[in-house]
Amino acid sequence: MAEAIERFVPDGATVAMGTALEPLIPFAAGHEMIRQRRRDLNLVGPISDALFDQLIGAGCVRRVTAAWVGNVSEGLGHCYRRACEQGIPRAVEVHDHSNFSISLALWAAAWHVPSLPTRTLLGSDILRTNPGLTQAGDLVHVGAVRPDVVVVHVQRADEHGRAHAWGPLGITEEAGLAADRVIVSCEELVDPSVTLSDPNRIVFPETKVVAVVHEPGGAHPSPVQGHFKRDHAFYRDYAERSRSVEGFEAWLKEWVLDVKDRASYLSRIDVESLRVKTHRPSVPADFGDE
Amino acid sequence: MSDYTAQEMMVAVASREIRDGDLVFVGMRLPVLAYAVARNSHAPTARGLFEVGLMRDQPAEKFLGTMGDPSNVTGALWATRMSNAMALMAQGHVDLGFIGGAEVDRFGNLNTSYVGDPKHPRVKLPGSGGGADIAILSRRWVTLMSHERRRLVDRVSFVTSPGHGDGSHRWRKRNGLLGGGPSAIVTTLGVLRFPEGGGEAYLATVHPGHTVDEVLSETGWPLHVSDDVSETSAPTDAELTSIRRFDPEGFWTRG
Repeated sequence: MAEAIERFVPDGATVAMGTALEPLIPFAAGHEMIRQRRRDLNLVGPISDALFDQLIGAGCVRRVTAAWVGNVSEGLGHCYRRACEQGIPRAVEVHDHSNFSISLALWAAAWHVPSLPTRTLLGSDILRTNPGLTQAGDLVHVGAVRPDVVVVHVQRADEHGRAHAWGPLGITEEAGLAADRVIVSCEELVDPSVTLSDPNRIVFPETKVVAVVHEPGGAHPSPVQGHFKRDHAFYRDYAERSRSVEGFEAWLKEWVLDVKDRASYLSRIDVESLRVKTHRPSVPADFGDE
Repeated sequence: MSDYTAQEMMVAVASREIRDGDLVFVGMRLPVLAYAVARNSHAPTARGLFEVGLMRDQPAEKFLGTMGDPSNVTGALWATRMSNAMALMAQGHVDLGFIGGAEVDRFGNLNTSYVGDPKHPRVKLPGSGGGADIAILSRRWVTLMSHERRRLVDRVSFVTSPGHGDGSHRWRKRNGLLGGGPSAIVTTLGVLRFPEGGGEAYLATVHPGHTVDEVLSETGWPLHVSDDVSETSAPTDAELTSIRRFDPEGFWTRG
């Protein structure tokens, strides 16, 4: 992971993460960005369940292009508030979206057009605060948002970059197509015979994927269908401790800065209590051809 | 089982807003419980749509911290991408949506973005999420909110999710908004509703144990009171049983 972030996420990059909304959030990748002291990132996402708040609190972020930033089960993002209200640790610029409009912004980039029209956001003041949105008559034109890099966590991938993800995908596909490059982290690194047995389940074209990181538990505390439940208590603890700057800094030191890698992070958590134990595999699709 | 919390009252009222056969854009928190209650009582053929990219009929059997919890995926009718869920709503196929809010005004406009000047906000709220989309595109929607003067304000300073705009007749239609707008504001004290075709909220019912005067003093504008204002029906035992089955620890309903 350290190498992937070092090579493919430079300072100032536009980075999409958390594109499946609450599940599959690439926390391990985000924490590595914090450890490597990335600066001036433009974070792109639909809603962000705590990860953007952590990056903002750590001073990595210049701009947020998203529909919602906070803590889904707990409410407000305290670092996001401090950054917007008091410039602590630094001010962030916000390009507000709705969930629908950020999806359209990424589809516009994916299809290489300057904008896409929609009827959502008519009558919303979001049109006033985001320079990428313009109204013409009864349509809103959503300007393209092109990430430099998208980071996703998935259930399994092979070394050639073919990633299988399942469950709801949010805006993951358009983010991957829009982006210049994709970093995949995965629960399981599998043989290509597994991924190619079901090409419908491959989320991105392999031509976009620049790195595959085998990072089991890399989405904790977010859920991974078939592997991990959501760690609600961890989100609650983060919300409480991040209420003050000092509390956040202590949290960051304990869970990010003083942590060498994901394995040592996971050694501090009761992983077994979060692991999915009742498995429900789907029936395989028959790709027979003659 | 006659004791219940203000949140349980809100869930019961919200569940009654769901009609059988409705496609409901469910959202988060209390509406998730309201959907489960409705499905298990008067709306057995309702379907739920979640912007994360899910459609369900049966509510998830386990407690949900978020719509993306694995137990909300198990047994889904459809697991897909967000833009597919939004496509259904853009076509007017979503009958009812639920939106949470920090502030609502007399015309049902919601603010979940900024308190004060957006360039130098006094409070930065998390943002729209799918709220603005639901507000504009669903056929009708309901918001749930704690009834406090600082939340029910005369006019919101920032319209994240438009209700009936400036309250003028047919404001939504004139401004190109497809859906019908807010039909109710369900609070901890009562239920506010809107006239056909939009306009200003009025007090329709007051929850048991509360008074009209209390509602008026906790509302940030001179609230119209319906001539036939009545008492909200208390949660039934069946509703409470259902709520407690889906929120056994009281994560959402024990404040």
